[in-house]
This record gives sequence, C-alpha cells and structure tokens, in this order.
Amino acid sequence: VAEARAAAAHAHQFEDAEQQRRAVTLGMWAFLVTEILFFGGLFLAYAIYRWSFPAAFAAASHELDITLGAVNTVVLICSSLTMAMAVHAAQTGRGKSLLGFLAATILLGGAFLGIKAVEYRHKFHEHLVPGSSFRLPEEAVRGRLASDHDAAIAAGVPSMEYGTLEELQRHAQIYFSLYFAMTGMHALHMVIGLGLLGWLVTGARRGRFTPESNAPVEIVGLYWHFVDIVWVFLFPLFYLVGRAP
Amino acid sequence: MSSTRKNALALAVLMLLLGVTLGAAYLDLGVLHTPTAMLIGLAKAILIVLIFMRLRPSGPLVMLAFAAGLFWLLIMFTLTLGDYFTRV
Repeated sequence: VAEARAAAAHAHQFEDAEQQRRAVTLGMWAFLVTEILFFGGLFLAYAIYRWSFPAAFAAASHELDITLGAVNTVVLICSSLTMAMAVHAAQTGRGKSLLGFLAATILLGGAFLGIKAVEYRHKFHEHLVPGSSFRLPEEAVRGRLASDHDAAIAAGVPSMEYGTLEELQRHAQIYFSLYFAMTGMHALHMVIGLGLLGWLVTGARRGRFTPESNAPVEIVGLYWHFVDIVWVFLFPLFYLVGRAP
Repeated sequence: MSSTRKNALALAVLMLLLGVTLGAAYLDLGVLHTPTAMLIGLAKAILIVLIFMRLRPSGPLVMLAFAAGLFWLLIMFTLTLGDYFTRV
C-alpha cells in the first residue's frame, strides 16, 4: 500500500516526488516572473504619468479613502499569513488545519474584494470614473491652479501650480484610468486566486494532500503571496500621494 | 526558529512597516516622499519573498529564475525612464 501511495505521489515522467516538487516550484516561479513583467509595465506607465503630471496625481489621490486602503492592506497581509500556514499544514500532514487555514484565506480574500467593491462604488457615485461625466470636486482643485496660486501663497497654503482647470481634470483622469486598470487587474488576480483556493479546499476535503505530495497547495501559495506583493506597491503609489502638509 | 513563529514574526514586521509607511506619508519629506515609500515597499516585498514564499529553501535554480525576472524588470525601467527623464 505504501509503495502504491508513493508511486501515486509523482507523475510518470519524474524520477521521484522530490524531483517533481522542484520542477513544479520552478515552473510556478517562471510564471510569476512573467507576472512581474506584466505588472511592471503597468507600474512603468504609472511612473511616467506621475512624473509628467505630479499636481494632478496629488489632487486625484486625495479622493481615495486612505482608511479603506490601509484596512485592505492589513486584510491582505493577514491572508498571506494564513496561506503560509496552510502550506505548512499541508507539508506536515495536518488536514484539519489545512482546511481551516484555506477557509480563513478565502474569507480574508473575499473581505478584500468586498472593501474594494465599496471603494469602486463610491468612485462611480462621485464621478471619478474617467469619461464624459468625470470631474474632480471643487475642494480637490482649489489652490492647485495657477490663477489661485497667489491667493494660496497669501493664505499660507502651499500651492502646486497648474495651467488650466481643463488640463488638471484631464490629467486627473489619467490617474484614475491607471487606478482602475491596476487595482482592477490586481482584483482579477484575487478572484482567480479565490477560485484556486476553492479548488484546493475540494482536494483537501478528499485528503489529496500529504506531506509527500502537496505541490498544488505550495504553488497556489506562491501565487497568493505574489498578488500580496503587488498590493504592497499599489497602496502607497495610489493612496499616499501628496498627503504631507 | 519554527516555521509558525517565523511567519508570525514576518506578519508583525509587515504590520509595523505598514504603520511606518502611513506615518511617513504625512511627514514633510519633500522629494524623498516616493523613494521612502518605495523603499518600505521593497522591504515588505523582500520579507514576503524570503519568509512566506520561502525563496532560499527552493534552491539555486529558483533563485536564478527570480533574479532573471528582476533583471528584465530593471532593463525595462532603466531604458524607458532613462529616455523620459533625459528629454529636453
């Protein structure tokens, strides 16, 4: 019986379970490298536009809810911990803990997406979705236009000069285009991750994962942590621009 | 250190860094604002890669693949931004 189980632990093209595990891990990292370059392109676009239109980015960033963003960061980091614990449980053959940690990760991932949905909803209501109805509110624009510059300085408010209101509004839409593209792409990765976690739960319930054979848990874990890392950079770049007095 | 303790410690440090990045956002750091935020982000990413993703125990081949990815990312950023930042 033990021999049959050991044979089932790796596919026929591999010498043993250890070789299979190494191949699977390397494959996942190779995939993550393509993901790094994919998100890297988006971050590069952000860098160029932020550098070109700093005042518009600072004005637009003030429209994001820093509390919701920070809470979501906490939620996601916690989900990374529960995922790491799930991998550890699979490797040490504790099936009950594995199920518990997978469920916790799904719960936290769902909470993240829920908060993100609330934020998106607000942005739609506040006319902050790029398009013909887009407009930054008065407060966000005040003191940022060249015409207000002297008044702002006289009132002791530091002013970032800007040309015309139309320009500022147009460039703020670039910020929100990037915001929706990048956080949306990140959220899509989370949705896929939740699907993969659901698939792991089905496997775990059937007792598919043993200390010798648990590669699916391990590589879904790698994917989940990668998605966490993307958020680690998204949070300061979108929520924390120009907050200093 | 047991893997559980290591993970818990990583979580604590990640939370601390989140607090630092939030605090730093409201400080008057001038042009150093974004570099500071990115450095803290980098520290968080390194923690996640080393502890949660267990890069080192995965072996030299995986480390090489990961380093290659970062190298290509560096090429993409250096060449593109090198162009934009040096335009007259």
